Amino acid sequence: MADKIATREAYGAALAEFGAKYENLVVLDADLAGATKTGVFAKAFPERFFDCGIAEGDMVTVAAGLSTTGLIPFASSFAMFLAGRAFEQIRNSVGYPHLNVKLGATHGGITVGEDGATHQCLEDFALMRTIPGMTVICPCDAVETRAAVEAAILHDGPVYLRFGRAATPVLFNKENYEFKLGKGIEIADGDDAAIIACGVMVDVALSARELLKSEGINARVIDMHTIKPIDEELVLKCAKETGAIVTAEEHNVIGGLGEAVCGVLSEKLPTPVLRVGTEDTFGRSGKVAPLMEMYGLTPQNIAEKVKAAIALKK
Amino acid sequence: MDTARVDQLKKIANGVRKDIVTQVYSASSGHPGGSLSIADVLTYLYFEKMNVKADDPKWEDRDRFVLSKGHASPALYAVLAAKGFFPKEELVKFRNIESFLQGHPDMKHTPGVDMSSGSLGMGISAACGMALGAKHQGKAYRVYSILGDGEIAEGQVWEAAMFSAHYKLDNLCVFVDRNGLQIDGETKKVMNSDPLDEKFAAFGWNVQVINGHDFDQIDKAIANAEACKGKPSVIIMDTVKGKGVSFMENNAGWHGAAPNAEQYAQAMADLAAND
Ligand SMILES: Cc1ncc(C[n+]2csc(CCOP(=O)(O)OP(=O)(O)O)c2C)c(N)n1
Repeated sequence: MADKIATREAYGAALAEFGAKYENLVVLDADLAGATKTGVFAKAFPERFFDCGIAEGDMVTVAAGLSTTGLIPFASSFAMFLAGRAFEQIRNSVGYPHLNVKLGATHGGITVGEDGATHQCLEDFALMRTIPGMTVICPCDAVETRAAVEAAILHDGPVYLRFGRAATPVLFNKENYEFKLGKGIEIADGDDAAIIACGVMVDVALSARELLKSEGINARVIDMHTIKPIDEELVLKCAKETGAIVTAEEHNVIGGLGEAVCGVLSEKLPTPVLRVGTEDTFGRSGKVAPLMEMYGLTPQNIAEKVKAAIALKK
Repeated sequence: MDTARVDQLKKIANGVRKDIVTQVYSASSGHPGGSLSIADVLTYLYFEKMNVKADDPKWEDRDRFVLSKGHASPALYAVLAAKGFFPKEELVKFRNIESFLQGHPDMKHTPGVDMSSGSLGMGISAACGMALGAKHQGKAYRVYSILGDGEIAEGQVWEAAMFSAHYKLDNLCVFVDRNGLQIDGETKKVMNSDPLDEKFAAFGWNVQVINGHDFDQIDKAIANAEACKGKPSVIIMDTVKGKGVSFMENNAGWHGAAPNAEQYAQAMADLAAND
C-alpha cells in the first residue's frame, strides 16, 4: 500500500526545502498558513514570510510589487479565494505585466470535503487558463508537487499551482522522477483508449485502468500535470495511437483539462473525447469518498466513459 | 524652497500640462481632468525628488513610482518624456495602435513606467510590495504612489493601508489627489470619504493635508514623510481637476473627454498665458 500524503503537505515541505536553496524565495499567505502549509516555510524562514491577513486581492498585488524588486514570491490561499476572489488582481497586476509571481492554491476541487461548496473550487483551471502567459499546473502526488514547485521557481513568469487538501497516494519515486513543464507523463500503457488526467484523478484513472483490464480493455493513463501550456504532442500521440480519449479532472467539465484536450483534438485530429469532471454543478459537504461518488469522479465513472469513447471510434 | 527653483518647476509643470492636453487631443480620447490635477506633484517628484536614471530605467536602486489612478497616464507620460525616458515625439501617438503609450500605464513596453495600472485600487498594493521588497533587501530607495479620491472607495486600498502600517513601510509615500470629482460627479455625493485624514490616521498612517498645486507645500510634506519613521505617509492633496485649462477646471465632464480643435486651441492659449 502506497504512502498517502496531501499535495498541500508536499507544497509546504517543498517551500521550506527550496527556501534554503533559493534565497530570493519569499512566501505570502492570507491567514491560512496552517492549512495551506506555507506555515512550514514560515517556521523555517520567518523573515521571508509575510502574512497579509484575510485580503487576497492585496496579497496578490503586493506579490506583484515584490517580484519587480527581484524576489520570487509565492502567494497562497485556498484555490477559491486566490483564483476566485483575486482573479482580477491576478489578471491585471500579475498576468498583464507577466510578472514572476507564483500562486500556490491549495484546497482545489471537491476533495475539500466537509467545508462544502463555498470552499470547493471547481472553476480555477478555467479562470487561470484564460489569462495569457499563465502556466497552470496540478500535480498528482507529493513527489510531483516537490518537482513542480522547483520548476515554478525556475520558470520566469506567472505560474498557478493547484494542490489538494486530502491525503492521496504517492505514485512516483523521488529518485527517478523528472518534471518537465508542459510535458505530460505516460504512467501506464495501453492502446484501446487513453485517459488523460491531472491531480487526484490520476490515481483514480489508474484504478479505472485495472477495472478495464479485467474486461480485456487496455487503457493508457497520462498524468497531464501541466494544463497550460497543454502538451499537444502527447495529446495527438494518444489520439493517433488509441483513437479514443477520456479526460479526468477534479474540476467543472467546463473550462478545464477536458476542454484543453478537446481544443487540441478538434482542431488538429478530431477524435472522440469524453470528459469526467463535475457536471456544471456546485459541491456540497461530506466525506471525500462519498463526494467523489456523488459527483461522478470514481474509477467506475472513468471506466464507463472509456467504454463509451471506444464505442464512438469509427 | 528657493523661489527661482519654484519658478523653474512651475514652468516644467506648465509644459507637462500642455503635453497632457496635446496627447488627449491627438488621441481624441483619454482623461485630461485627473491628469492636469497631478501635473505639479509629478513634476516635483521626477524633477526634484526621485532618484531615477532616464538612460537606465530599470536601474535596481531607483526610487519607484506607481500611478495607482492609471487613467492619468498622460501626466506620467508627459513627465517621463520631459525627463528624457523616451522622445517627446512619442506623445502625439498616445493611444495609437502602433504606440507603446497605452491608454493606461504598461510597464512592459514604456520606459520609466514601474508598474502597469489602470484597474483602480491595485496600484497602492503594488507600491506596498515594492516598499516591502526594498526593506527586505536592505535597499534605500523610496516608493511613491498617487491615488484618486474616487479610487479610495475600492476595498483593496484599505487592505493595502492596513498592510503598509502593519509592515511599517516608512519608505512608502502615497498621495491622494483630492480633486473632489470622479466620473459620476462629486466624490462627496457618489461615495463620501470624509473625513479622509482621520481614516488614514486611524489606519496608522502619518497624515498631512496640503494644497497639491503649491510646490513649497509639496516639498515640505515630502520632507516630513521622509523623516517619519515606523509608519507609511499619506499626503492628501487638495487639487483642482482640470487645473490650468479654464473650461476644464472643476468640471466632471472633462474626466474622460477629449477637446475638439477649437477647445484645444483655447486650452493651449490658457496654458500659454501661464508661461
Ligand atoms: C476597478 C475600476 N473600476 C472602475 C474604473 C473606471 N474608472 C476610471 S477613472 C474612474 C474615476 C476615478 O475617480 P478618481 O479616483 O477620483 O480619479 P480622478 O478624479 O482623480 O481622475 C473610474 C470609475 C477603473 N478604471 N477601475
